[in-house]
Amino acid sequence: MTGSGNWPLYEIFIRARGGLDHKHVGSLHAVDARMALEHARDLYTRRLEGVSIWVMRSTDIVASDPGDAETLFEPARDKIYRHPTFYEIPDEVKTL
Amino acid sequence: MSADNETMTPALQATRLDYLLQLADTSLILGQRLGEWVGHAPALEEDLGLANTALDLIGQARLLLTYAGELEGRGRNEDQLAFLREESQFRNPALVEQPNGDFGQSIVRQVLIDAYQLELYQRLQHGKDTRLASICAKSLKETRYHLQYSSGWLIRLGDGTPESHARVQRALTQLWPYTHELFEEQESDRALIAAGFAVPLAEVQCHWLLRLDAILREATLQRPQDTPFRWSGRRGQHSEHLGYILADMQHLQRAYPGAHW
Repeated sequence: MTGSGNWPLYEIFIRARGGLDHKHVGSLHAVDARMALEHARDLYTRRLEGVSIWVMRSTDIVASDPGDAETLFEPARDKIYRHPTFYEIPDEVKTL
Repeated sequence: MSADNETMTPALQATRLDYLLQLADTSLILGQRLGEWVGHAPALEEDLGLANTALDLIGQARLLLTYAGELEGRGRNEDQLAFLREESQFRNPALVEQPNGDFGQSIVRQVLIDAYQLELYQRLQHGKDTRLASICAKSLKETRYHLQYSSGWLIRLGDGTPESHARVQRALTQLWPYTHELFEEQESDRALIAAGFAVPLAEVQCHWLLRLDAILREATLQRPQDTPFRWSGRRGQHSEHLGYILADMQHLQRAYPGAHW
């Protein structure tokens, strides 16, 4: 197959319902954004998974370096006061 | 079933049944053809895209065949109509039974039919036959996407490399003669149109051409000249390809009558 292997990779985000945010669901190959949208529709919304699709070139993602994980994330480990666990939550609030 | 069935002449009733089979078989045979791409498409993503379209088409055929079976009133269901009719009883235009060829050829065939079904369904959804109208209204949403997909590819391939352009132009020239019968108004069509159960094919053709020309322009392809070459799949006169499709499609029901899963 000379097909999609040479095509750029796109990351796919699907909004499951109005009001929810777009969630990353996977990636696929396409030659451009329009085709990526069609492929995403065909691959990721066949079972009514979504009402909206975002696509973006995987190469446009700027990711943190796993090697920096210690520097970036470790310092947060002992700062439990940043968690909102010191509040009394009223019984009426179900979804916080 | 619509209430006015009883007041209709048997001749008109038979014509309506035939018309439903034309619509159903167009979707059924094209769906079966597209299904052959599964596992063979040029990319995994296209594999799924083509399979989705194939399943949409088979879904349309199921609704139409079920309705046809009820209208016929001989107790035949969708499966019996799909799997136990003979080649000459199929009413699909010969275009949809043409071989897949390369991906470009399948795309050309798809654009020709998608645009045809789109124009047809758009009008039938307002027709006098309310059951057919609702099937067409539902199918229209699918067909719009089919054309978006197929025309997108035709434009890419036509306006692509010299090789892809040459291939789709060749396919277009090869398949063009088969489009003639889509718009050939037969005696029976005229009776249906007069009764409000079918739509004038000249009008469908006019809008089909407008739509197609816009796509071909963008794809930098030439619309072929009309030729005197004629088929009449809609009257049951098929090319040599349909028999092979049916052998494949009907084998299981014929070998194991009534089998289901």
